Amino acid sequence: MSSSRKVLLAVTGFAAAIAAARAGDAPAPSYKGIVPAATLEVWRDLGTGNGALTHYKPATPPGHYGIGTAPTMQQIGGWTIAVPPDGSNLPPGSGTVAAGEKLFSSDCAMCHGGFGEGAHGYPALAGGVGSLAGAAPQKTVGSYWPYATTLWDYINRAMPFYAPHTLKPDQVYALTAFILNLNGIVNGKFVADAQSVKRVKMPNRNSFNWKDPRPVTHNAACMKNCAPPGSVRITSSAAKMGLTPRTTGPVDDMKGSSK
Amino acid sequence: MSKTDRRGLFRLGAAFGAIATAASTGARAATVAPPADNAWSNALGAGVDSRPYGRPSRFEKNVIRRYVPWLSPTRNADASFTPLQDHHGIITPNGLFFERYHSGRPSIDPKDYRLMISGRVKRPLLLTLDQLMRYPSVSRIHFIECPANGATEWPAAQLNSLQFTHGMIGCAEWTGVRLSTLLDEAGLLPDSRWMLATGSDGAHMDRSLPMVKCLDDCIVAWGQNGEAIRPEQGYPVRLVVPGWQGNVNVKWLRQLEVGSEPWITREETSEYSELLGDGKSLGFTWAMNAKSVITFPCPERSLTGGPGFYQIHGLAWSGNGRVKHVDVSLDGGVSYHRAALDGPVLSRCLTRFTFNWRWDGKPALIQSRVTDETGYVQPTIAQKHKFWGRDPVYENNSIQTWQVLADGTVNNVQLS
Repeated sequence: MSSSRKVLLAVTGFAAAIAAARAGDAPAPSYKGIVPAATLEVWRDLGTGNGALTHYKPATPPGHYGIGTAPTMQQIGGWTIAVPPDGSNLPPGSGTVAAGEKLFSSDCAMCHGGFGEGAHGYPALAGGVGSLAGAAPQKTVGSYWPYATTLWDYINRAMPFYAPHTLKPDQVYALTAFILNLNGIVNGKFVADAQSVKRVKMPNRNSFNWKDPRPVTHNAACMKNCAPPGSVRITSSAAKMGLTPRTTGPVDDMKGSSK
Repeated sequence: MSKTDRRGLFRLGAAFGAIATAASTGARAATVAPPADNAWSNALGAGVDSRPYGRPSRFEKNVIRRYVPWLSPTRNADASFTPLQDHHGIITPNGLFFERYHSGRPSIDPKDYRLMISGRVKRPLLLTLDQLMRYPSVSRIHFIECPANGATEWPAAQLNSLQFTHGMIGCAEWTGVRLSTLLDEAGLLPDSRWMLATGSDGAHMDRSLPMVKCLDDCIVAWGQNGEAIRPEQGYPVRLVVPGWQGNVNVKWLRQLEVGSEPWITREETSEYSELLGDGKSLGFTWAMNAKSVITFPCPERSLTGGPGFYQIHGLAWSGNGRVKHVDVSLDGGVSYHRAALDGPVLSRCLTRFTFNWRWDGKPALIQSRVTDETGYVQPTIAQKHKFWGRDPVYENNSIQTWQVLADGTVNNVQLS
């Protein structure tokens, strides 16, 4: 496999495609026709173990040990940054697509590309719509993320990569507006604020299952004659793939030399 | 001390020096040990003051975590792999425990550390590390595995290495307070169905967890194998969610927020979610299904002694409970033989297995297959392909096949 076919993983996660030899003979199964169940019901069932928690009895009453202090509202507010899909924790402020474009060019484009196409192996933020069912799925904000609140939340908590959680709310709103606009989800006049962000309907919103619909991959605890003699065939070998860093000597950076 | 004593000590020191000099001139090098002594047997070794914090022998310097350079554009958001080929027993040494960072590894002064418990609770809590450690504590041995462990092997056998096909796992004794103890202390309000764990790294890494798991067996841990949790593992405090995928075991933990619905963070949508085909996706995947691998022989550890006796050994684990048994095949899965479980067999913990093998020197296809206490039997890669396709990223728990060649070389292969 040539190095150009080594597909880089997304920068902060292993969700992007792994270098795929695709030497396969079996077609991928289809889960066509799966309709995600009503989200809130599924979430409630998952959270409580289908109601098992109704029988939960605390081992001790609140304050039993009396160790620790009560945080102030200001302390709680400072650290409680997560924004759920209902947008309930979005702060005051707003930002335009134009303001977002300016900020994106100076602070974000060096990694994500001028149009959110991705650069130097860092993730693309736009494009890929319609690719998820194909052979080379491209997961971007526009093609994949189910909620716009998650976009606001992630920019706010983790970006820019080199100085996370340093943007002001107006800047986060502006970048949210610009990235949504890059994806054609909102028009150029869109102004992002607490009300508008939570109302954005993301294209992939209804494609997420929150319970695994796949069959459990069964095997049999067979001990003898588990396969016809002679039927065992090697379908792939890693020996000559040329993808493996050395596991002897110093760390191998695969650049032809190592320290 | 008298003058005479001091002179005596000086003479003793001079004598040591003379002997050391004689040894190092190679006067005795012509005689091979045994029967001769080795050089180190004729020299005074280093003192107890030379290594206040111990480290492995200098001859083990290449037993290290390694990374795959083409997996990520930056080392600050990357993974390193545990060298399982040198992993003896079920406990991963703290310096070899695999790493996964989302925004690099922070350096945290424990006196500045705070843990906040907030949201749908009666009494929000703010704890210093000292206060946290005053709560009743427990110590449990659990593995932590990245769900992308083996991801490169989904489409085909690609990396010819045990370290890189299986090394995103480690197992340690974690010491800390049960999460349920802290949630009881804060007091859950009605409809507290979910909890968000957030780290204080740059990513502010956060994952939603069902309350039913939080109240079951999770630990807010500060101890790892008898010492403070290593910075790579979340110093000073991490969440341990036994048997569940690594990233929910949030490191550098700073906040536990109780709520009624999940937060649907970037790490449970864009990342750590799975395309299912036809464009649909799976949002939550949590427990790591049963898995095993032979750690000797392996691509890094070939059979160097020719035909004869070898003990195959390996590791098995399940995120759903205890290992029930492990079977070993020498013929690519046509027949299996029961392996011996060695050492403790604990829930959601690495379990060591061994199988005594008299190798006839012929090519072989060796495999291990675990069955856990739920009755789940580890599947083949062909079965995973049949049911899940070749394109998933996560949860590759398939049976690993090592091809042993007549010269003792071992390769990573996949079978039909």
